[in-house]
Amino acid sequence: MYSTGIDILKECEALNKPIWEIVLLDEIKNNHISETDIFNKMEEILQIMENATSHSIDKRVETLGGIIGGEGKTMMAYANSDKTISGTWITKAMARAFACSEYNASMGKICAAPTAGSCGIIPAAIITIAEKKGLSRQDMIRGLLTSAGVGKIISTNATVSGAEGGCQAECGSAAAMAAAALVEMNGGSPVQSFDAAAIALKNIMGLICDPVAGLVESPCSKRNASGVVNAIISADIALSGIRSIIPFDEVVEAMYNVGRGMHENFKETAKGGISITDTGLAYSRKIK
Amino acid sequence: MGKYNSIFDVLGPIMVGPSSSHTAGAARLGKIARYIADGDIRSVGITLYGSFAETAKGHGTEMALIAGILGMEPHDEKLRYSLQIAKESGIDFSFEKGNIAGLHPNTARFSIERHDGTFITVTGSSIGGGAVIVNAIDAFNVELTGDYFTIVTKHVDKKGIISKVTTLLAENNINIGNMKVRRDNSKNEASMIIETDEIVPVEVLEKIKRLEEMIFVIEIKPVRENKNV
Repeated sequence: MYSTGIDILKECEALNKPIWEIVLLDEIKNNHISETDIFNKMEEILQIMENATSHSIDKRVETLGGIIGGEGKTMMAYANSDKTISGTWITKAMARAFACSEYNASMGKICAAPTAGSCGIIPAAIITIAEKKGLSRQDMIRGLLTSAGVGKIISTNATVSGAEGGCQAECGSAAAMAAAALVEMNGGSPVQSFDAAAIALKNIMGLICDPVAGLVESPCSKRNASGVVNAIISADIALSGIRSIIPFDEVVEAMYNVGRGMHENFKETAKGGISITDTGLAYSRKIK
Repeated sequence: MGKYNSIFDVLGPIMVGPSSSHTAGAARLGKIARYIADGDIRSVGITLYGSFAETAKGHGTEMALIAGILGMEPHDEKLRYSLQIAKESGIDFSFEKGNIAGLHPNTARFSIERHDGTFITVTGSSIGGGAVIVNAIDAFNVELTGDYFTIVTKHVDKKGIISKVTTLLAENNINIGNMKVRRDNSKNEASMIIETDEIVPVEVLEKIKRLEEMIFVIEIKPVRENKNV
């Protein structure tokens, strides 16, 4: 059983296999579940992700707090125009992350990845890059396996909970998980996958969780959008051949220490950051 | 640090949003309360504490708690209509806010009225990522996670009762994962909380219930979909 990035990298080298396969073999061995069942469950998760990232682009949904709404549709229309600065694929990925956040906030059915608040990042990354590169469903499911393996390591050695570690633990972990998957989906090495994950985590280390009115709406949906971009650029940095100076396992430990040292006001309590700005407090009063 | 053993704990749970603790966890708490009341529910009064009381509305917490009371799963897309469904099914419900220092921030107390007019109360907390813990049944302290099939007994505190129950389980090839025994000295009563790896068949439960020392026996099916069974 693996508990660190090093564990997985050693296995990858010893067996000459990619990360997704090491994660798959471990799950079969330690949770007494067959390969077919794992792929079937992943297919179910992928379908839920596909629906959750597209539903609110096609149809108007109403979020519980009413703070956000319509961002997925707006961003997708913009992505399909020729006016974007960051290009079609980055903006499409953001549109899907927005859409997924919105769907979650309207009580739509999602898959926590690794949490509900960060549920847009992994699906937006995997679905968009698979579309861009013309990859198969099998490739997408392999990407999900890789991301789950990385997430398991983070949750074992640190935390993926905003209440425990701030947004860096939620959207940071999601971006790291997605980045590792994107590298592998693009033919990168296991070392490059973990470098990408480390870079994604470092990019937003220290990010607090400061939900307006305590709800999973603002700034969560925009942090999902920026989170998927973080994943894509971190994957590209690693794929270019640039190394992460600090290895993945050490970055995870650092993220956990930062989370533990973070004041309680900045960990999902809505007592700090943008939650207590004049406008944030006005939303809070309006909703209660 | 997390306790994720499976990749499906990381990519999961599958749930309706927006919050694993305030929505999915709330639904699971409601479902455990339903099991503890054995589905016999005429009305339920729910007291919300801490963050549950503060941000219930924007998280659909009330809908999720009632959905659980109706037996829905956290991923049931009908969850948002649970208040309406409860009304149509003739289950009365009410909510109030409570304030007790020292409770976990996401805590709910269910006061369930059975059809014969008797009450049972269940107090539990949503402790993150959709995981829950039931802290009390009536005035009786417990510690139930709902991850495993669980038997809760209340019995007269006499020598040999524990071995009678564990023998019945062993004879039927049921492995005990966790077991806790507590005693209420003032009443000469004790309790066992037994988490098993397998579902305990009805006939075995009946044998346990028929032991003369038993005051009551409650069985609770696992509420975490990704866990065993």
